[in-house]
Amino acid sequence: MRLTCPICGERDRREFYYKGDAIELDRPNQDAGLAAWDDYLHNRDNSAGEIRDLWHHAAGCGAWLIVTRNTLTHAVSRCELVEKDTR
Amino acid sequence: MGYSAFKVIKEGLFGQRGWKPVWRDPDPKPKYDVVVIGGGGHGLSTAYYLAKEHGITNVAVLEKGYIGGGNVGRNTTIVRANYMLPGNSEFYSHSLKLWENMEQDLNYNTMMSQRGVMMLCHSDGQRDLFARRGNSMVNQGDDAELLTPEQVRAEAPMIDFDNVRFPIYGGLMHRRGGTARHDAVAWGYARGADQRGVDLIQNCEVTGIDIEGGVVKGVQTTRGGIRAKKVAIVVAGRSSLVAGMAGMRLPIESHVLQAFVSEGLKPIMPGVISFGMGHFYISQSDKGGLVFGGDLDFYKTYAARGNLPMKEHVMDAAMTLMPSIAKAKVLRSWGGIMDMSPDGSPIIDKTETDGLFLNCGWCYGGFKAVPGSGFSYAHLIATGNHHAPAARYRLDRFRTGVGLMDEEGTGSQHNLH
Ligand SMILES: Cc1cc2nc3c(=O)[nH]c(=O)nc-3n(C[C@H](O)[C@H](O)[C@H](O)COP(=O)(O)OP(=O)(O)OC[C@H]3O[C@@H](n4cnc5c(N)ncnc54)[C@H](O)[C@@H]3O)c2cc1C
Ligand SMILES: [Zn+2]
Repeated sequence: MRLTCPICGERDRREFYYKGDAIELDRPNQDAGLAAWDDYLHNRDNSAGEIRDLWHHAAGCGAWLIVTRNTLTHAVSRCELVEKDTR
Repeated sequence: MGYSAFKVIKEGLFGQRGWKPVWRDPDPKPKYDVVVIGGGGHGLSTAYYLAKEHGITNVAVLEKGYIGGGNVGRNTTIVRANYMLPGNSEFYSHSLKLWENMEQDLNYNTMMSQRGVMMLCHSDGQRDLFARRGNSMVNQGDDAELLTPEQVRAEAPMIDFDNVRFPIYGGLMHRRGGTARHDAVAWGYARGADQRGVDLIQNCEVTGIDIEGGVVKGVQTTRGGIRAKKVAIVVAGRSSLVAGMAGMRLPIESHVLQAFVSEGLKPIMPGVISFGMGHFYISQSDKGGLVFGGDLDFYKTYAARGNLPMKEHVMDAAMTLMPSIAKAKVLRSWGGIMDMSPDGSPIIDKTETDGLFLNCGWCYGGFKAVPGSGFSYAHLIATGNHHAPAARYRLDRFRTGVGLMDEEGTGSQHNLH
């Protein structure tokens, strides 16, 4: 598996640390309640198909990336910098 | 059909023509008392114990592919009860006892071999931890022996004792642990369930779960709708997808775990050895192949195949443990989809829907749980009450934070187990 870091270019999977679902960017408010925090911390869509995950270019530029990847084929369709995430 | 030495000899004399299919291949009926979704080890043992322990025989096991095609036929067959935390400790202890009586119970040779599981330690701290773990195992009523390096050498002379990074400080030996033939376990439970009237329905994928007013009514499948009073989800790596059909979002991520087997060799491994470099472990099958594996690939996936970095890591670990392995050729490698929970421990529970039950989160350790999980799940489905050895496997422990079972002590968080 290879990921294309927007800063460094295409690099081997070994250079990246995997964090998990990009839901981790949507941190709830402190008073959002138990259900919202449970969803954020534990519950996952875990879809078969396209998903968005957080990867860290640990052995490269150190940027956090949002990688859109297909969990059935391993095909990577997008790699964007978290700081450019404009959702 | 029963098995006996007489039957084996008779068939040997007459060209093996008298063997018949071991279970029926029925069409689904319109309605069952219990529908079990998933014909893996856990689904089959659940159906078996529903029939045997609770007399509930109007049961169907719906399997998307074929019996034994999932993780139950892909694992590295290690059976053990060397857990430390309350919750896991009593559960795996109960499961190991069922393993010890499985062949007699099923009248089926599952090749259960208690050849011992030895965990190696590489520092004073790790040895202290093993002493503590061993004491919890003994307190639970299971067996554990703390071995000195000399005792480890007597068990396994071929490993490298002087590696700079992973010197051998001793080991924790669990002699009642060992290996079993994974396919035979699936087939034995399948046959036992079928003989008691359970319908095993293959090539039948569940595509929807029917719920009315908070009560489960049945399932939709690729072979039509089937009504059921109770529905039991037990689909391992696909748990999130099937639970999603009932509107649930689970604390589960699906990851791939790879395993490897070498060409057949003369006996060299005494039993199962686990090594402190990552999760590396190794044993030798009765055919002589070295069976070994390590950690997850560590990214979510539903593709039952892994990438090269973990293959390299596992080979490195094998070489570090026993350099003599260098000349053995790897015959094949494969992967299976693991249902990873945040704390690394499983879930056997009811759901918010009446009559709908959930069994998942076995991570990379659910083969040894096949008998215990089926036994406890059947108890929950039949009686509505949690079975004592599995009573702590609650779904809400993540939300409440009460009763988390983080056996590795790394934190209850996705990506840490
Ligand atoms: C490489 C590897 C090594 C392992 N080593 C060990 C080990 O040494 N010791 C140990 O204890 N554990 C080990 N495990 C873990 C163990 O194999 C699993 O935890 C366990 O087998 C999971 O339970 P199961 O047998 O019921 O799963 P499975 O056999 O995967 O059964 C689930 C079934 O559900 C079916 N299904 C899915 N979706 C649907 C649907 N919609 N409709 C109908 N059916 C569906 C699937 O087709 C599948 O057959 C290992 C796993 C792997 C992959
Ligand atoms: Zn980079």
